[in-house]
Amino acid sequence: MGTTRIAGQEIEVNKDGFMSNPDQWSPEIAAELAREAGIDPLTDKHWQVIDFCRRDAADKGEAPGVRRITKNAGVSMKEMYQLFPRGPGILSAKISGLTKPKGCI
Amino acid sequence: MKKLLILGAGTAGTMMAAKMRRNLDRDDWEITVVDQDDRHIYQPGLLFIPFSIYRTRDVIKPRSRYIPRGVDFITSEIDVIEPDRNRVRLSGGVELEYDFLVIATGSRIVPEETEGLTEEGWQETAFDFYTLDGAARLEGALEAWEGGRLVLNVVEMPIKCPIAPIEFVCLADWYLTEKGVRDKTEILYATPLEGAFTKPRASAMLGDILDKKNIKVEGLYSAGSVDGANGVLKSWDEREISYDLLVTIPTHMGSETIERSDMGDELSFVPTNKNTLQADGFENIFVLGDATDLPSSKAGSVAHFQGEVLEENLLRAIMGRPLVNEFDGHANCFIETGFGKAVLIDFNYDVEPLPGKYPVPGVGPLSLLGESEMNHWGKMAFRWIYWNMLLKGAEIPGVESRMSMAGKWS
Repeated sequence: MGTTRIAGQEIEVNKDGFMSNPDQWSPEIAAELAREAGIDPLTDKHWQVIDFCRRDAADKGEAPGVRRITKNAGVSMKEMYQLFPRGPGILSAKISGLTKPKGCI
Repeated sequence: MKKLLILGAGTAGTMMAAKMRRNLDRDDWEITVVDQDDRHIYQPGLLFIPFSIYRTRDVIKPRSRYIPRGVDFITSEIDVIEPDRNRVRLSGGVELEYDFLVIATGSRIVPEETEGLTEEGWQETAFDFYTLDGAARLEGALEAWEGGRLVLNVVEMPIKCPIAPIEFVCLADWYLTEKGVRDKTEILYATPLEGAFTKPRASAMLGDILDKKNIKVEGLYSAGSVDGANGVLKSWDEREISYDLLVTIPTHMGSETIERSDMGDELSFVPTNKNTLQADGFENIFVLGDATDLPSSKAGSVAHFQGEVLEENLLRAIMGRPLVNEFDGHANCFIETGFGKAVLIDFNYDVEPLPGKYPVPGVGPLSLLGESEMNHWGKMAFRWIYWNMLLKGAEIPGVESRMSMAGKWS
């Protein structure tokens, strides 16, 4: 556990560098986290995924895995890899201010 | 008469039937177990079939032999669970009512989920070893192997026994060395994980073992499709891996019964409380073993540890008492590393595998997170323990359901 400065704000992060308090998240922070991961700018499609991840995590208490996202957020697996290259499950969770999806354990 | 119904007579369901028959009065409680067939497969043994260490007859016994006296066993496909009516419908139209339901329907591989995988080349140059048939056919392919590129691919997580892919490549290295064709073979392990395993210290340790054996690891690799005609595996981010022999661990899903009953998540695993094992939203339904959506490993040892918690909670639920939050995600696995050696790991939701001695702290005889011949014999002895102790719901001396930190050093 520690804190880091993102988009001018002091943010709580866990040892993997994921935000540990989703309430501290804001769209500005998402944009900053995305830039750090080499995604710039965030497009409408990205937001479609991020909005779903935020909603789903608020409901279920954890970040959705890629399969859950592609089934419910209106993006295909192929698009997920274009939007969030290499690790779409991990990256979409990170940018959405959530911890790693449990599918990664 | 009250009714306890158990769906599935695999490791989890069979063990639970034995435990509950001992606990519940025969005059008050009827226990029924349903499974689609009478063939119990010792799943950890499937790994050894491709290398001719076990034959198929070594891993199959009748399920009915392990169902305890005083428990009804029905062989039938299960059509649908109707939780609002406390009822299960079997495929033949028979309806079974219950007071309490245990779902232990396991998980299965679904190779059809990967585009092209079951088309050209399937079971010619591409095989699974998670089914008896697949493991037996792969044995034939390895016997005929003269060299080339062997690729082991995990399509996506979760899979049963997350260490099986590592064991497979290690045993392949040993088998091909004995056969004299290791120097003509390139072995590659392509995984959606970042490295060899899910937990950092074990991943580093196992990564070293693979490195010494000259087994290459391609991490963060999510397979999207297979071009069987040309022997090419393609990831979603368009990395191509060519192969002469593809050993796939396909997508895993829960039972089709769960899907038909609309009780599963996107992979048909049942949303379950990770500590009490109660199905989310249903007070009289519990879930055990691979059928759950828990972030614990899908493995027999995990079902065993969960079983002790579920025994307590089912009895509590029956008596109307509060459930105990006990399951800690404890898993315990032997990892066969070839040449007569194995590694043993012990971990849970929060604590990753650490070095030490097991089960007696400081003494062993088994070594945690270290390679030894004794661990290999432990793995071989496990088959006897499985049939004679685990399935009968017996306690295994020295092996506790909650993970212990004694004898480990961090």
